Amino acid sequence: MFAELLQYMLSGLTIGAIYALAGLGFSIIYNASHVINFAQGEFIMIGGMASATLTASGVPLPLAILIGCGGAMLVGVLVAKFAVERARNASTVTLIIITIGASIFLRGVAELIWGKDFKRLDAFSGETPIQILGASMQPQSLWVVGCAAVLIVAIGLFFAKTLTGKAMLATSHNRLAAQLVGIDVKRVVLASFALSAALGAVGGAVVAPITFSYTEMGIMLGLKGFTAAVLGGLGNGPGAVVGGVIVGVAEALGAGYISSAYKDAIAFVIILAVLLFMPNGLFGKRGTERV
Amino acid sequence: MNALLHGRLTGLLVMGAVIAILPAFLPNNFYLDIAILAGFNAMVCVGLNLLIGYAGQISLGHAGFFGIGAYASGVLAGTYGWPPILALLAGAVFVGVLAFAVAKPILRLKGHYLAMATLGIGIIVSIVLRTESGITGGPDGMMVDPFKIFGVELYGEKVWYWVVGALLVGVVWLSLNLIDSPMGRALRAVHGSEVAAEVVGVDTARFKVMVFVLSAVFASVAGSLFAHYAGLITPAKADFFKSIELVTMVVFGGMASTFGAVVGAVVLTLLPQALTVFQDYQQIVLGGILMATMVFMPKGLLPTLAALLPARRRA
Repeated sequence: MFAELLQYMLSGLTIGAIYALAGLGFSIIYNASHVINFAQGEFIMIGGMASATLTASGVPLPLAILIGCGGAMLVGVLVAKFAVERARNASTVTLIIITIGASIFLRGVAELIWGKDFKRLDAFSGETPIQILGASMQPQSLWVVGCAAVLIVAIGLFFAKTLTGKAMLATSHNRLAAQLVGIDVKRVVLASFALSAALGAVGGAVVAPITFSYTEMGIMLGLKGFTAAVLGGLGNGPGAVVGGVIVGVAEALGAGYISSAYKDAIAFVIILAVLLFMPNGLFGKRGTERV
Repeated sequence: MNALLHGRLTGLLVMGAVIAILPAFLPNNFYLDIAILAGFNAMVCVGLNLLIGYAGQISLGHAGFFGIGAYASGVLAGTYGWPPILALLAGAVFVGVLAFAVAKPILRLKGHYLAMATLGIGIIVSIVLRTESGITGGPDGMMVDPFKIFGVELYGEKVWYWVVGALLVGVVWLSLNLIDSPMGRALRAVHGSEVAAEVVGVDTARFKVMVFVLSAVFASVAGSLFAHYAGLITPAKADFFKSIELVTMVVFGGMASTFGAVVGAVVLTLLPQALTVFQDYQQIVLGGILMATMVFMPKGLLPTLAALLPARRRA
């Protein structure tokens, strides 16, 4: 009974870590540019596909992840520069549509490069399950949760300690004022896309041994990352992380105790309930708008 | 005002004329079928355009409403033997109530929250349709009987073409009237500046809710009729990609242009047929169109073309 619960919690935590990374990516971009980047899931896909196919052709794993990460960052910057920045003053609807277009486009390109079938990536340190109080856990789960935790702490430090990080924070608070004190806000937007892409790609690479890699792997992961970000209050980084873990654990519990067929629906049921009853997310501030 | 009314009637007449003479140029039922599908898409898009173009809100789940309408007809008229028109109305009422219940609290918020909520509804609907196979037939879908009203059975492409054509004209007429009504002007104000609209006394949230409900009901009715026409419905008709496709049509044709929505629906229904040779590139083309339209002609196809013309054609 307890072992079963623990089992669900562990698998929920694993997938929740990926949602947290994706949600954090949404928040970073939203803060820098007020864009909801629906191509976030595609960064995850690029990371997963690149590391799976590169290791299959003999590239060492760390290098493969690094290349996937770099590729995703490049794609992120290109999307920001040629699609998002060009429509800078466009409405919210327009920007959402641009990023949806980018995600469909990237998926199409990925299909051309890698084909439609599932790619396998070996677990980083074997597949002998670890026994914890009667529940068993894949070693890969530790990699996922560990990597996510390290990245999240690193991002926190980046925003708190570095000049670039502070410039990005300043831009999110007031774009015009940031510009006035000499922050290159265009570069901040590019940096935010690169950073989110890197987070997504690493997430994709570490989760690939569990989920397999395929060109559509980013769709659901990305959308659930979005629910994590909204759940935590859009633009609230730590909120997105907590949101991701909540979504992941709720999903695993729901799949275990209620119905595994409805696993993918659980995140969206939660988000609808939150929007109806706590419209600014769990940790979001009540927004006011200046004209 | 007179000129505007004039322009509105001309557009409607042109569209009516095109619909009337088109069958003469369509060699067989295959083309008629594509025209009918374009008509169904156009009906949904005209409604969605009201929401996107005039209320400045985006729905990423309209295919879900289309799907509810389709399955309401399939299940109620098929499995339970209701008269098709009653099943259609039941679906529409259900969708209307659902849309109202969701939109009422959410549309008071600003920004992306309606997108999130509609996305959620759409995905939940398609998962339910896929899973409850006892009722819906699961991923393989279900068969739907032909539409019968007053003992007359609608059957065959030729009959459906005129039904869909007439309905499309009706939907467009309704939409044009709505846009020129005080409510339509209020909506444009909402899209321009919501705060300014509120300051001059427009109850913006109420208008946004009304438009959202209306567009959802359009989608449901189109879904019901589509189910009877096609005879087979699958959950794919309700999923996220179908929702994106609908948004693409509206945006490509021209946001805030009723005829633009129709043109967008027609062009993007035809495009995959024309692109079957490029099957592998279909996603790239679709995604590329979305991005390029928004970056290079943010107003969409029809308004951009209209701006190039010297005359003042208004849609």
